[in-house]
Amino acid sequence: MQLSVNGTDHQLEVDPRMPLLWVLRDLLGYTGVKYGCGIAQCGACTVHIDGEAVRACQVPVGDAWGAVTTIEGLGQPDALHPVQAAWIEHQVAQCGYCQSGQIMQAAALLSETPAPTDADIDDAMSGNLCRCGTYPRIRAAIKTAAARLRDS
Amino acid sequence: MSLAGTIARRTLLIGGVAIAGGVAFGTWRYTTPYANPLLSGLNKGEAALTPYVLITQDGITLITPRADMGQGAYHAQALLLAEELDVDLDQITADPGAPSAAYWNQALSAEAGDFLAPGDGVLNSMARTVADMGVKFMGLQITGGSTTVPDGFDKLRAAGASARETLKRAAAEETGLPVSDLTTRSGAVVLPDGTALPYTQLAARAATLDVVQDVPLRDPSQWRLIGKPTQRIDMVAKSTGTQTYGIDVSIPGMVHATVLLNPAQGGALGSYDTAPAFRIPGVQSVVEITGGLGIVADTTWHTFEGARAIEANWPASSMPATMADHWQALSDSFTSTAQDSRKRDDGDMETALTGEVIEAEYRAPYLAHAPLEPINAIVRVDEDTAEVWTGTQIPRFVQANIERITGIPADRVTVHVQMMGGSFGHRLEDEVVKQATEIARQMKGTPVKLTYAREADMMHDFPRQIAMGRMRGTVKDGHVESYDLGIAMPSVIASQMARQGQTVPGPDSQIVAGAWDQPFAIPHHRVTGYRAPDLAPLSSWRAVGASSNGFFYNAGLDELIHAAGADPLQERLRLCNDAVARRVLEAVADMSGWDGPRPAPGKGRGVALTYSFGVHCAEVVDVTDTADGIRLDRVWVAADVGTVVDPVNFETLVQGGVIFGLGHAMFGEITYENGIAQQDNFDSFPSLRLDQSPEIIVRGLENARTVKGIGEPPVPPAAPALAGAIFAATGTRLRDMPFSRAVTFA
Repeated sequence: MQLSVNGTDHQLEVDPRMPLLWVLRDLLGYTGVKYGCGIAQCGACTVHIDGEAVRACQVPVGDAWGAVTTIEGLGQPDALHPVQAAWIEHQVAQCGYCQSGQIMQAAALLSETPAPTDADIDDAMSGNLCRCGTYPRIRAAIKTAAARLRDS
Repeated sequence: MSLAGTIARRTLLIGGVAIAGGVAFGTWRYTTPYANPLLSGLNKGEAALTPYVLITQDGITLITPRADMGQGAYHAQALLLAEELDVDLDQITADPGAPSAAYWNQALSAEAGDFLAPGDGVLNSMARTVADMGVKFMGLQITGGSTTVPDGFDKLRAAGASARETLKRAAAEETGLPVSDLTTRSGAVVLPDGTALPYTQLAARAATLDVVQDVPLRDPSQWRLIGKPTQRIDMVAKSTGTQTYGIDVSIPGMVHATVLLNPAQGGALGSYDTAPAFRIPGVQSVVEITGGLGIVADTTWHTFEGARAIEANWPASSMPATMADHWQALSDSFTSTAQDSRKRDDGDMETALTGEVIEAEYRAPYLAHAPLEPINAIVRVDEDTAEVWTGTQIPRFVQANIERITGIPADRVTVHVQMMGGSFGHRLEDEVVKQATEIARQMKGTPVKLTYAREADMMHDFPRQIAMGRMRGTVKDGHVESYDLGIAMPSVIASQMARQGQTVPGPDSQIVAGAWDQPFAIPHHRVTGYRAPDLAPLSSWRAVGASSNGFFYNAGLDELIHAAGADPLQERLRLCNDAVARRVLEAVADMSGWDGPRPAPGKGRGVALTYSFGVHCAEVVDVTDTADGIRLDRVWVAADVGTVVDPVNFETLVQGGVIFGLGHAMFGEITYENGIAQQDNFDSFPSLRLDQSPEIIVRGLENARTVKGIGEPPVPPAAPALAGAIFAATGTRLRDMPFSRAVTFA
């Protein structure tokens, strides 16, 4: 089967039932995508499929319906996505393990809702668990990123 | 020096520190007491000026031996070194380095000496058993107890200063100029004419010189980095998916593995049928390990599928059958024979407890650590060496345990400590390394990457202690007159150290931590610890004993203050007998407008203060009783750590600690049936989420005389401040955690 990840087409011989998460991590080396719970309770594995935020642990790779974008494809250290830049500016991360998923979720939110209210942020982000408790900074960084994206 | 001589010297050293409270050795000397571990691996032209600074022609590496589980330890250590070394944070690489006795934790030694009974501390015990354990357990390189900054504050600055002055001496030799004409800036020695000689070019000559010792540390007024906002060195990597955690490491030739353990904690391996596992494609082998099986496959997913497929009959656990049995064991421990300590006994409690006595009982449940990165380790066992890649707070225990399992000497076990996706104490345990070693020794030469499924991580966690508090007290003339608090729990420290082959004699003051030493002068005041029997195996959980006791102590005090008709904050201030604590209380009163208009009907406000890990931390919580339940509106926090080394990270850690304390008090609970944890993932073990998190306003104070860490102190006051706020809003007094049993949260 074919899988497009961050603009690169991969030819895979794999059990189509294997979750996209493990295909990305173990077979293709996209380790920015994180395993946290395996049951869509934490959001650490959040990636985009055709721009929509999905939990990669819940998508059998055979069902992946479009192009996949991971945190590595959203932006890189020398070419940051505005959401990543806001995350750095607000120094959101502590352990950082959930932040790939948080950032992917936030980027999807802002592409749909350029000026999110607090309630919009609550709705979009509450499926993403942070055990370190970085929520106040996540909220602030989303607002900063939204302002930057609107200005640009 | 002979081995015996080495042991004797180290034994003396550890004992000496425990007695002297960590001041006996002053600033760090690189030649004593342990050899500089960097010297053995140097190439020509490289200089290792202290165990903390490595300079080559290619760059400057600061060795940051305290592990980073998200608390920013690498950054804090690098910052302290860079302050005196005169390098910029973007010029350096931080590396945890190899485990070494040279990186022993002096602050933890001081804490340990304080928290256990005189002469019976864990370190004294370890010193006594050193002949049995060998030298490998000495030089306690442990990350924990909020000690990274206190331990490193002088030691790392001194190391940076020694390195700087030695580099200046090297530059003086190169140029023929006197050292007094030279300055340093941004990783270079600067000559009077402005020419900059980079440290990297001076490394070869510096390596031939004696290190300059006893360099005076700079006055705080000269600090460039300490106390200033800086960007944490891991922030870009952690915002771009490029930070490598243990779970991301890949070694050529590696196989994946997971474990299937007896679901009952500590239960043995029984009968099993592996045939269904081999019907999963990619499953290569299934091997026996202590208490279960290791499943080896080509991908993590196939190890999980293989483990799910195996059918097994598991022997029963020795743990009590029901939670009622666990609680009964605690309830039965409030006896004179189970008394562990009575570190506070002011006034005359028995006489004071007459007339109208207020009594209450409090409970705190088992809690999982549940860092978001499940525990994992890669181990390769070769003929006479072994190599490990894992996120751990105890790298030298890791080496010792691999020696115990394989017979390979600990000094031939290479440990590559990885960045950790959280810990909260979880990675003070090394079961995952032991199990990976048990699998790897059955397939020598092959790196085995063991990854726990979330379910295994949570069910086989060694949880936070279960605990019970019982208070009695009286009031008089509108004030608290007497307060007697008893706390029963099993010994966390004894349980934890037993897994490392250590016995801990004497009282465990974690049983009364966050309670016996609170800064309140109540006329009659007593705090007694009772040691319950071992129930579930336990481990240190963020704030350890204080995580439960901060709730008990403040909640009991609140009941007395209410009975006295006094104000929770004003009465605490009236009773407070510590100047630093008073300023902390005054700060949260000021920040929250406590003395202003009272909250509107349906709103409530609570306050708590806990002294833990040497830090006074006070919190005020505001809630609203809405149609959907209790809503957390706002939290104000003030804490005094002596010196706020990194104000950004200080605020972040305080906010995170408050959310950790609140979330577990609201929702968290692990329960056991026949030794089997009934919660196995984040659906059954909920946490605070973004939509329920309050605004958190933080103020750092610097009145305390010594520098302290802030990782744990914000946790204990969160639960009682919330309980106080809910009482104020609703009249419901919450005495059992989690609070969600009694109230709904919006």
